[in-house]
Amino acid sequence: MTDLSVQIGSLTLANPVIAASGCFGYGIEYADVVDLSLLGGVAVKGLFLAERQGHAPERIVETPAGMLNAIGLQGVGVHRFIKEQLPELRRRRAVVIVNICGSTLDEYVELARILSDTEGVAALELNISCPNIKEGGITFGCSLAGTFDVVSAVRKVTRLPVIPKLTPNVTDVASFARASEDAGADAVSLVNTFLAMAIDVETRRPSLSNIVGGLSGPAIRPIAVRMVYECRNAVKIPVIGMGGIASARDALEFMIAGATAVQVGTANFVDPFIWTKLLEGIRAYLTRHQMPRVSDLTGTLDTSTRD
Amino acid sequence: MPVDVEARVIANTRLSQDYNVIALAAPDIASASAPGQFVMVKLGRGLVPLLRRPFSVFEVLRADGRITGLTLLSKRVGVTTDMLFEAVEGDVVSCLGPLGRPFQLIDPPAEAWMVAGGVGLAPFATLTEALLDRGVAVTLMYGARSDRELFYLDWFEARGVRVMLATEDGTAGDRGRVILPLERELRATAAERDIMIYACGPEPMLEAVANMAAQYNRPSQVSVERVMGCGLGGCYSCVIPVRDDRGGQRYVRSCIGGPVFAGADIVWNP
Ligand SMILES: Cc1cc2nc3c(=O)[nH]c(=O)nc-3n(C[C@H](O)[C@H](O)[C@H](O)COP(=O)(O)O)c2cc1C
Repeated sequence: MTDLSVQIGSLTLANPVIAASGCFGYGIEYADVVDLSLLGGVAVKGLFLAERQGHAPERIVETPAGMLNAIGLQGVGVHRFIKEQLPELRRRRAVVIVNICGSTLDEYVELARILSDTEGVAALELNISCPNIKEGGITFGCSLAGTFDVVSAVRKVTRLPVIPKLTPNVTDVASFARASEDAGADAVSLVNTFLAMAIDVETRRPSLSNIVGGLSGPAIRPIAVRMVYECRNAVKIPVIGMGGIASARDALEFMIAGATAVQVGTANFVDPFIWTKLLEGIRAYLTRHQMPRVSDLTGTLDTSTRD
Repeated sequence: MPVDVEARVIANTRLSQDYNVIALAAPDIASASAPGQFVMVKLGRGLVPLLRRPFSVFEVLRADGRITGLTLLSKRVGVTTDMLFEAVEGDVVSCLGPLGRPFQLIDPPAEAWMVAGGVGLAPFATLTEALLDRGVAVTLMYGARSDRELFYLDWFEARGVRVMLATEDGTAGDRGRVILPLERELRATAAERDIMIYACGPEPMLEAVANMAAQYNRPSQVSVERVMGCGLGGCYSCVIPVRDDRGGQRYVRSCIGGPVFAGADIVWNP
């Protein structure tokens, strides 16, 4: 029997495959298509305290092997989420990772408090990396002190695993993983999207109403793998890797680079049935390599010199 | 519950330089779909194009009383529609569906007026069949750039649909937009007659139809087409502003909240 379970702080996931925030709605949208309890976890769409409208369309544009998005974190707010979506997620036995966003440090703390008092939340992912909104979020994620402050403030008010989600839009992502670890994070997840831009040359207008947006999908995978590798070497806490995963092979690549678990975003848009394929592919790989536990794969990159 | 089918191309008929009708062996989707629903399509497993594209189900194909597949009406505007134009029998098209909220049907004595612009004809073949089954009288008002871009007129006429045309170059029907015959008919129709207006086409046309319907106190249902990422409500990209009950507006995902909306609910100029 292959053991697919992985450990993120105090949280044991049945397998390392997690739906990435913002790419899986609140999870329940997909309940007809996938058995949510089969996923290692479901990171729900980023939540603020209050409801948010998000940006005007156009909100996405396809680019080579990827896409730009500037959704602007449209969302129902934490209170409606707890009332309207969470019960259904629990009924479906999903492992719920709530992705939280704040305009201020106090908002992160308030969100963490509310969610810690709520049955059925498995972990908090701190979105300090959304490139699409001006206020908050990214301003914490782009400063080492800001990252440290927000993670330690949340850490003080919750026993749930705290997972800051890091932005790749910095010079040295590993130092942000270190700041997170120093502040008491249980794990870090990366990468969020790369700040990017596309233009319609006929009209000379930006393709997105927000002018700039975040690049995701296979186009970013090699950069994301490199960043996961760097973070793995910098911290002892688990690293959750993502960025362009579209097959079991891609997920394995992240794990070998140092990820304990992986998230999948854009590829779910293309193939909402991808989840069982990923799990089967990972299982087949482990069998083929005679590895009884998937956790044994993490960080097994062989960098010895070839002769 | 949507399914993902690797559908074989049964036939691909070019209607013009830009338009084609592609027949796909996807009987499961065809049997489950209701008029106005759509499928998300991808050709090949490649990374360009990466995302699927939405298409209305055009026709449901039958042979010997069984449903054998569906067709899509496509106009070349980008990579996926180019590939759909070039596809040949035996190619495989990945087809996810049926998706979205269908048109609400009506019963006699209510009459249906379908207003189509260009490739917006697509959802009206299945709608026609569903309405005729219920005994509803159906009118099609169909606009395009020229008579060379008006398709399937025989199909609709053979089924007893009253057809009115408009072309921008005046080669068939009214010269100008399809809103012209719509307005003339609305003006000439007694208020007691119960009419439902269905529309599909470019958004400015939908806005004009919805506004004109409102002006004549007629209900309308419009099928919108927004840039869509997933078709299942996962990405929040295909939103359209809809009036809420507090006098404001909110963005509704057109993939699961639509693509069919009451014309009066949409905020056309947010
Ligand atoms: C449409 C869209 C919406 C997203 N929304 C969020 C979000 O709400 N919170 C968040 O932390 N990341 C969000 N992301 C980032 C993804 O979770 C993920 O980090 C990124 O897309 C890279 O993974 P991928 O290439 O597998 O999509 C979003 C990405 C996309 C494409």
